[in-house]
Amino acid sequence: MNIPRLWREIRQRYQGIGVECEPCGRVYFPPREVCPHCRRGSIGNLNEYELGGKGKVVTYTQVHEPMEDYKMMVPYIMVIVEMDEDVRMTGQLVDVEYEDVEPGMEVEVTIRRLGEESPSGIIYYGYKFRPTR
Amino acid sequence: MRDVAIIGIGETKIGELWNQSLRELGIHAGLGAIRDAGVTGEEIEKMYIGNMSAGRLINQEHIAPMIADYAGLDDVPAVRIESGGASGGMALAQGYMAVASGIHDVVVVGGAEKMTDVGDEEAKKILSSTADWEWESTFGATFDSLYAMMARYHMRKHGTTKEQLGMVSVKNHSNGALNPNAQFQRAFPLKVVLGAPPVAEPLGMFDCAPLSDGAAACVLVSEDIAESYNGEPVRILGLGMGGDHMAVHDRRDIDAMKATRHAARNAYDMAGLEPKDIDFAEVHDNYTISEIMAIEDLGFFSKGDGGPATERGDTSLNSKISINTSGGLKAKGQPVGAVGINQAVEAVIQLREDAGDRQVEDPLYGLTHNVGGTGASAVVHILERWS
Repeated sequence: MNIPRLWREIRQRYQGIGVECEPCGRVYFPPREVCPHCRRGSIGNLNEYELGGKGKVVTYTQVHEPMEDYKMMVPYIMVIVEMDEDVRMTGQLVDVEYEDVEPGMEVEVTIRRLGEESPSGIIYYGYKFRPTR
Repeated sequence: MRDVAIIGIGETKIGELWNQSLRELGIHAGLGAIRDAGVTGEEIEKMYIGNMSAGRLINQEHIAPMIADYAGLDDVPAVRIESGGASGGMALAQGYMAVASGIHDVVVVGGAEKMTDVGDEEAKKILSSTADWEWESTFGATFDSLYAMMARYHMRKHGTTKEQLGMVSVKNHSNGALNPNAQFQRAFPLKVVLGAPPVAEPLGMFDCAPLSDGAAACVLVSEDIAESYNGEPVRILGLGMGGDHMAVHDRRDIDAMKATRHAARNAYDMAGLEPKDIDFAEVHDNYTISEIMAIEDLGFFSKGDGGPATERGDTSLNSKISINTSGGLKAKGQPVGAVGINQAVEAVIQLREDAGDRQVEDPLYGLTHNVGGTGASAVVHILERWS
C-alpha cells in the first residue's frame, strides 16, 4: 500500500472511526457517504462514530495459502466479527488456537503490525482481533 | 425489443497455456465463433470482451481493440467489459442488449483471461482485488478465505458437510473428464478430494477452481436473420443481473447470494419460466460451496438442501437437473473474465446436442450463472433450443 492511502485510513485503522446515520441510527464502518437504508435522507446526516472495539465472531477460517505479504503468518485465522454496534468487520484473530475458535466467541480489537512495504520500507499497522480479556 | 440468437461459438482449450498470449487466445476463440456462425468480418458491428484484469496480469489495458485488430477486424469498435469473475457474462448481456434494442444486428461477444504470466501468488492477489481490497484483503483475507467463511456459515446453519462439498468436486471432475476443452480431464474419488491439503478451512485444494488461461466467444444476431447463417442458432430467452454489498461482512445472510437471487428472478420472469423448467445449468463453482449456494439461490433446491441434493446425485449428469456438464470452473477451468462466455458456449453445445458423452438428454432450456467477486455482481442467462 502506498503512503497516501495508508495515511488516509489512519483514523479507521488505528481508531475505528466510522459513522452513525442520524435518521436511522445505523452505524457504518468504514465510513460511508450515503446510508444504504436512508439514502438521500442521510446525506449530510452521517456523523463520526468511534466503535467500542468489542464484538462476536460470526464466521471464521484458517488460511494456509496466503497472499505474499502474509506468508510469514501462515497458518493464520480470519474472522468476520459483528461489533456491539451491529456493524461487521473482517480481520485476523490472534492470541488463540484455531481449535478454540467458535461462532459467538467474544473478541476485541487490538492494534498490530499488518505488514510492510518492503524489507526496508515502511511498516503499517492496523486492527486485528483477540479474545476479549 | 426483439429476440436474439447465438449462431456461432468458439473457445480455446483451458489451462496453463504458456505458449499462447492473451491476444492469441482471444483471436482463436473469436475466429472459431465467426467460422462456426459463417458471418463475414464486414458484417460484425461491435465486439464486447469480458476481462478481469489484463492491466495487472499482462500489463495491457485496452485489450478489446487489440484483440479485434489482430483478428483482422481493426474497423470494428471493441469494448472491454469488467465485472470481476462475471465479466464474461456481463459482456454477453451487453451484446444481447445491443442486438435486442435494434442498434446492432451482428455482434461478437467474447471473454479472455491470461492468468499464468504472473506467479501463482500474484494471480491470487489480483483475484482477491475483486473482493473489497481496502477492507477485506489488506487485513489478510484471501479470496479463498472469504468463500471459506461463507462455507463455514452455511455448514453451521444448514448442516452442510465437508463430504458434500467434496461431492461437488467429484461430480464436476467426472463431467470435466468428458470435455476435450477442460483443464482437468480426469475423475477423482471422494477420498482423494477430501485428502487434499487445506487452502482456507474448511476448503481444501479440491474445493477451489484453478486460475487458468483461456478464451471463448459467441456471435449474436437478431432472430429474423438467425437462420440465414451456417451455425445452428440458440435463442437467448432470459437475462437478469443482480448486485450486493462489495464486502462479505456488509451482508447479513451469507449462506445465500442476493445478487444471484435477483439475477435469477429477473431472468425467469423475462423467460416466463420457473426453475423446474430448466434442464441443465452452468453455475459459478469457483469454490464447491459456491455451487451449493448457487443451486439453492437459482431455485433448483430449497435453501440448505444444496448439500444433500448433491449427495443424492440430483445434480449429476442426466439426473434431476444436470449441473456443470462442462466440468464447471473446477474442472473445465477458470479463465476468470472468460468464464461467463465459456458457460454460454457449453449451453449452446448442449442445446445443439453436440456434447457427445456428456450430452444432456433432449434439452430444451439451459441456464448460465456467472458471479463477480464474492457475490457483489451476478448475471444469469436462460437459453432455449431453436426449434
